[in-house]
Amino acid sequence: MRIFDPHIHMTSRTTDDYEAMHAAGVRAVVEPAFWLGQPRTSVASFLDYFDSLLGWEPFRAAQYGIAHHCTLALNPKEANDPRCVPVLDELPRYLVKDHVVAVGEIGYDSMTPAEDTALAAQLQLAATYELPALVHTPHRDKLAGLRRTLDVVRESALPPDHVLIDHLNETTVKEAKDGGCWLGFSVYPDTKMDEERMVTVLQEYGPEKVLVNSAADWGKSDPLKTRKVADALLKAGFTEDDVDQVLWRNPVAFYGLSGRLDLDVAGTDATHEGNSILRGAPKTDPGTDPDTASKNRDTAPKAEPTTTEA
Amino acid sequence: MNHLHDALGTPTHVTPPALAALHTRLNGRLDAAARAWLDRSLDEAAAHPGTHGPISVWELRIAEAGRRCGPDHAEAARVLLLHAARADATTLVRVYRQGTADERRAVLQALPHLVPGPDALPIVEDALRTNDTRLVAAAVGPYAALHLDVHNWRHAVLKCLFTGVPVEAVADLPRRARADAELARMLADYADERTAAGRPVPQDLHHVLTLTEHPATPPGTDAPHGTDAPHGSDGKES
Repeated sequence: MRIFDPHIHMTSRTTDDYEAMHAAGVRAVVEPAFWLGQPRTSVASFLDYFDSLLGWEPFRAAQYGIAHHCTLALNPKEANDPRCVPVLDELPRYLVKDHVVAVGEIGYDSMTPAEDTALAAQLQLAATYELPALVHTPHRDKLAGLRRTLDVVRESALPPDHVLIDHLNETTVKEAKDGGCWLGFSVYPDTKMDEERMVTVLQEYGPEKVLVNSAADWGKSDPLKTRKVADALLKAGFTEDDVDQVLWRNPVAFYGLSGRLDLDVAGTDATHEGNSILRGAPKTDPGTDPDTASKNRDTAPKAEPTTTEA
Repeated sequence: MNHLHDALGTPTHVTPPALAALHTRLNGRLDAAARAWLDRSLDEAAAHPGTHGPISVWELRIAEAGRRCGPDHAEAARVLLLHAARADATTLVRVYRQGTADERRAVLQALPHLVPGPDALPIVEDALRTNDTRLVAAAVGPYAALHLDVHNWRHAVLKCLFTGVPVEAVADLPRRARADAELARMLADYADERTAAGRPVPQDLHHVLTLTEHPATPPGTDAPHGTDAPHGSDGKES
């Protein structure tokens, strides 16, 4: 089984999680930029975070055979802090980067005027930079938040089929689907959706344009929820093809709208010709030293000292 | 390269043979669309180098090289773009700082072709502080061999051993390692530390130690992992 988690905050997770995710079938993730729990107080804090999502985190993921992409944005919560808002001016130079596959997470938290402004501005950025958008829906006053979100999307330059509305549930799925958007569901241990309710929603609405994510972060969450949903779907009588559509092909299709999805995990194709990225060979004997084996797997570079390309 | 025309009237921009060869190899591997994109982008960079607007067009081309040329060819394309834009040390520092890990690698690879003196060393030192082996491997190339001071260079060699970067990546290793007694001591200490922990000594360590031609006590042969034989209390000095 191949799994693409289209929304997971790996920065908050350990290498044990990466290992368990790979064992469960996860081969690709998208990490949306979000709130860090501790509020940011400056633009510079965002920039280091964005750089990490384009540098260190993909490197960690590749060590476990997982392709990592990101979405970048000013999140709704911090859109209310004037110290953070100027990051909007920095976004253009990031949105052109190769591994940025959407603008996100944008959307509403408390539905303030500042959030209106940030959402509209960032939907426009998505249209300008030919990216889709990942739109978070609020935890509080969810249905009203969804309706307001759909209004802003309709007024934007971005077509609804370039918009993934996330954190949907039974009360919001129908209007999001009628709005022509992609449908995201976050499956959590206690809040948002759970596996059985996910099965019911898919029985009612079908697998078209549906994405399931763990949204795992620093809160109580489970990076293996995608696999657990897959198992629940199979148990409920969905076919392998249905499961593959929801947990692989739909996220590939949505983020593929960016034209920047590269699912060839660095390091797994050591013999590839013309490989200039030193994508590396597997360690010759990874079993001998657990300490370095985990560090080196897939990313220990092949040496090509004299040229910049093989 | 065939875009040496100089719209700004600055001195003729000579392409080092290594970059000309790189361009030829790259052209042979790109499809027609990617080749056309690259030619256009190199001409643009040559005609409009420097900074203009929020992001210079040639820097935008560097950012998008992966999706235009394919991830396997992006690095070579980026090196050629940096050369076409005549990026100096100051510019390279900015591109590096604003770059993804892949873009940073390309800057590191371009250094020996673009910066004659030690001005770009801060880039190398930054990359050597990371734990990203892609960056560490690119940092110990010919530019570091030429300019990195001896203390940082020794630590770079040790870092390769620590992080599993093959020391073949270290440019000019035999010349710089020769008769380096301090490097030999550091290697021997590291070997002792590994042995004390019951861990194997990397084969590369023996290789570099040999290159130092220093009559240090050779460290033990590879200890099998998990041995519980006592190895004394040395190896704790670091």
